[in-house]
Amino acid sequence: MSEESPIVLPDDPSFGPEVQIDYPGYRSTRWRAPKLPLVSLPEEFHQADGPVYGEGTVGELDHDLTRQHAGEPIGERIVVSGRVLDEDGRPIRNTLVEIWQANACGRYHHVVDQHPAPLDPNFTGAGRCLTDDDGGYRFVTIKPGAYPWGNHENAWRPAHIHFSVFGRSFTERLVTQMYFPGDPLFPYDPIFNSVRDPASRALLVSEFDLATTTPDWALAFRWDIVLGRGPRVTPTEDH
Amino acid sequence: MAQRTPSQTVGPYFAIGLTRRVENELVAPGEPGAQHLHGRLLDGVDEPIPDGLIEVWDHAGRRWGRVGTDGGGGFAFTIAKPPAVGSEAPRLDVFVFARGLLRHQLTRVYFPDEAAANEADPVLAALSADERATLVATADDGGFQHDIHLQGDRQTVFFEH
Repeated sequence: MSEESPIVLPDDPSFGPEVQIDYPGYRSTRWRAPKLPLVSLPEEFHQADGPVYGEGTVGELDHDLTRQHAGEPIGERIVVSGRVLDEDGRPIRNTLVEIWQANACGRYHHVVDQHPAPLDPNFTGAGRCLTDDDGGYRFVTIKPGAYPWGNHENAWRPAHIHFSVFGRSFTERLVTQMYFPGDPLFPYDPIFNSVRDPASRALLVSEFDLATTTPDWALAFRWDIVLGRGPRVTPTEDH
Repeated sequence: MAQRTPSQTVGPYFAIGLTRRVENELVAPGEPGAQHLHGRLLDGVDEPIPDGLIEVWDHAGRRWGRVGTDGGGGFAFTIAKPPAVGSEAPRLDVFVFARGLLRHQLTRVYFPDEAAANEADPVLAALSADERATLVATADDGGFQHDIHLQGDRQTVFFEH
């Protein structure tokens, strides 16, 4: 499918595991993706610690997007959980995880979003929590809908949840998107495919997880997040 | 070794999740030493970016803040100028996020009234004069002004991370 589309370029693992920031299929990159080579900083900079959020910054119901209004939101109730880890697989504890998403109809609670699908008065679509001692996070929400966007003719975003994670050092910071397994829109989405290495791209997709499903109440998806410090080390470098 | 999760754009609707609180005051506006830092986020054809997010970190003073850009690409913070640390000139570390930016970009803001410290700073010293100029704010009434250019002839210096 991707070979036929001017919007989605073929897989190319030689780009490495990070996104191709000037990916041409995503039109908004054209005047926004920086063109000059990045400048290196001393290694110590990447080890230095970053901002820390205390317990007081997160409310008791901030992790539950289905209980922030008078009534329950419309949609398929889901649990999304996982762990925030470093590259050695160690848990990153007590770090702030923030999410935001469209409602079940694919509409964001945002003035700029004019997609003619209904807003849900019982759904804002924002949550936050701090990771526990095991690096774990857990949100209760509703499954977001796919939605059209103006990038190209008949462009649709696969269903996704936006994630923001801080980590311990300033440069562990990550903002990304979590997708759902088996989405038929994957081959057509330039944002998802801007990660050209398919193995790396697969890391953006959650897994259905029967074990964390709540019987008679909500399906569950698991998704781990791995944060790195400083520039990625390519396998060809000597260490 | 676990493989890192790749980045994706913050998109146009991040205000829902990230900027509902006022977080652009690293120090309270009335506090001694409080100064205004403001600027604009611009694209490669000098158009303002109205859906960008700027995060600043003052490591020396352990103060952090963030703000979304306004309709004119503008952002503003209340800061206190950090101290120099060893040979490193006073600075703020800055992340830029935006719709159309598939990974956040790392830059810095240095201060125009710290010429000697800037001269001695090892990171600034490794740059050309034109590159350095993209990282140093200009003095302004009661504070500092600093534009960030994502692209073009005046592209801001961005660092590996």
